[in-house]
Amino acid sequence: MANELAGYVITGLGTGCGFALVGSGLVAIYRVTRVVNFAQGTFAVIGAMCASSLLSVLPHGIAEPLAVLAVALVGLLVGFVAIGRPGTTPQAALIVTLGLAIFAYAVVVLVWGDQPRSFAGVPGAVTVLDGRVQSHYLLVIGVTVPVFAGMALFFGHTDLGRALTACASNPYAARVIGIDVRRMGLLAFAIGGALGALAGVLLTPVQQITFDSDVTLIVNGFAAAVLGGLTRPAVTLAGGLLLGVTQALVAGYGNAAHQTEIALGLMLAVMIGRAARRPAALEEPT
Amino acid sequence: MHPLLRVNGLRRSFDGVFAVREVDLEVPRGELRAVIGPNGAGKSTLFNLIGGQLRPDGGEVVYDGDRIDRWPSHRRARAGIGVVFQGARVFRGMTVLENVMVGAHGVTRSGFLGAVTRAPRHRREEREILGTARECLARTGLSAWADRAVDALPLGQQRGVQLARALCGRPRLLLLDEPASGLRAAERAELAALVENLRTDGLTVLLVEHDVAFVSRLADRVTVLDLGQVIAEGTPTQVRADERVIAAYLGAEVSA
Repeated sequence: MANELAGYVITGLGTGCGFALVGSGLVAIYRVTRVVNFAQGTFAVIGAMCASSLLSVLPHGIAEPLAVLAVALVGLLVGFVAIGRPGTTPQAALIVTLGLAIFAYAVVVLVWGDQPRSFAGVPGAVTVLDGRVQSHYLLVIGVTVPVFAGMALFFGHTDLGRALTACASNPYAARVIGIDVRRMGLLAFAIGGALGALAGVLLTPVQQITFDSDVTLIVNGFAAAVLGGLTRPAVTLAGGLLLGVTQALVAGYGNAAHQTEIALGLMLAVMIGRAARRPAALEEPT
Repeated sequence: MHPLLRVNGLRRSFDGVFAVREVDLEVPRGELRAVIGPNGAGKSTLFNLIGGQLRPDGGEVVYDGDRIDRWPSHRRARAGIGVVFQGARVFRGMTVLENVMVGAHGVTRSGFLGAVTRAPRHRREEREILGTARECLARTGLSAWADRAVDALPLGQQRGVQLARALCGRPRLLLLDEPASGLRAAERAELAALVENLRTDGLTVLLVEHDVAFVSRLADRVTVLDLGQVIAEGTPTQVRADERVIAAYLGAEVSA
């Protein structure tokens, strides 16, 4: 019993890291542009597909980062279409990203087909606390944690990070001190693209990916991000991990068919509990 | 040498009502210029036309030889125009120090790659920004608040944060919108000393102010607006003796 538990928890943490990465991409974009990017899950799918293609010619360790980089450019492109025109409202941009996400289905099916794809990750399994876990999950966790630490460093301790945060806080004042708010929005989209792609690239070896895998990822990523009011990466990480572990436990001990519903139900309960305790937490800071 | 700021025939109306009409203004380098006028004179509109928050209907704004009236405000800031608003336009959720540091964005060279790879040049620049920001906080008397959340400061001090933030961007022209409003007498004296100090450093300052007394002690020259037009210009003493100015402030009829 105990050995199963450790395995489920680590598997869940790994999956949760993926949700957290997708969610933090949403956060990165929302903070700066106030746009909820519905194409966020698409970044993960395209990242995974790109990596699977690149791996036929390039070795591991090169193909995956290249795929992430390529999708950062895709993110930039999505940004251009969504917020490139001055005066586009966040609501209009949201619909644009939704349209792009659906359009991306066609592109992905055309280029990579509609069959599930996968590629090899870290081979083998390890024993943790008497439980057997696929080693690849440890890589997922081992990459995600430094990425989040790096993001905290970037947003808090670099000029560009501060400028992005300033745009999120007060775009009007940001312009006045020489920040090109539109450019920062595009940068945010590129960062969001990279984070989404990273989730896709990391998860594909343990969970096959198809053109419509973005739905699961965005639903869970969004739930994780909403927990932090769509603005706090650290809370998003916690939310993603909570979702991942809950789903793994439900699937392990109960019925895998209901894992997403039960996890999202739990998320809803957490949010209602938080809102009841701190009503101000839901208020938009101006 | 051409003046640092030149405004020519500047016009702007809202719903058919002129807020600023045919305003001409020249501010030479190093001058501390005040723009005064009663409420509704068009001071704030003029301020925002120069800062870039509004576009004019006609006329031009020339800064350092460049015509800037169609430039977005971030480009004007990068060209060296620092802006301090009357209201608290600070970055909530960031500390006072971070608020001031981000003011250096317009003069920062390191890009995304430098920041991500933490290149040596980026780290050196980061140290310089921190140093400049601390200096600017010291100048505005806010050092003790550096690590506090900016939201926790009273309104007057939030304006001080804006000023420190503007200074951190090393401006050549500083625009101040009613900086003395809402301040207590002691705070006003401190502000006056600080502005005086900045002028001594060679900074050109354009000060929009309602309070004539505050301006009289500070300004080299004063431009008086009424109903969107310049009605007088000169030294504080000259302007204070001008009949039209007195009439405008008292709201009396003016016989031109």
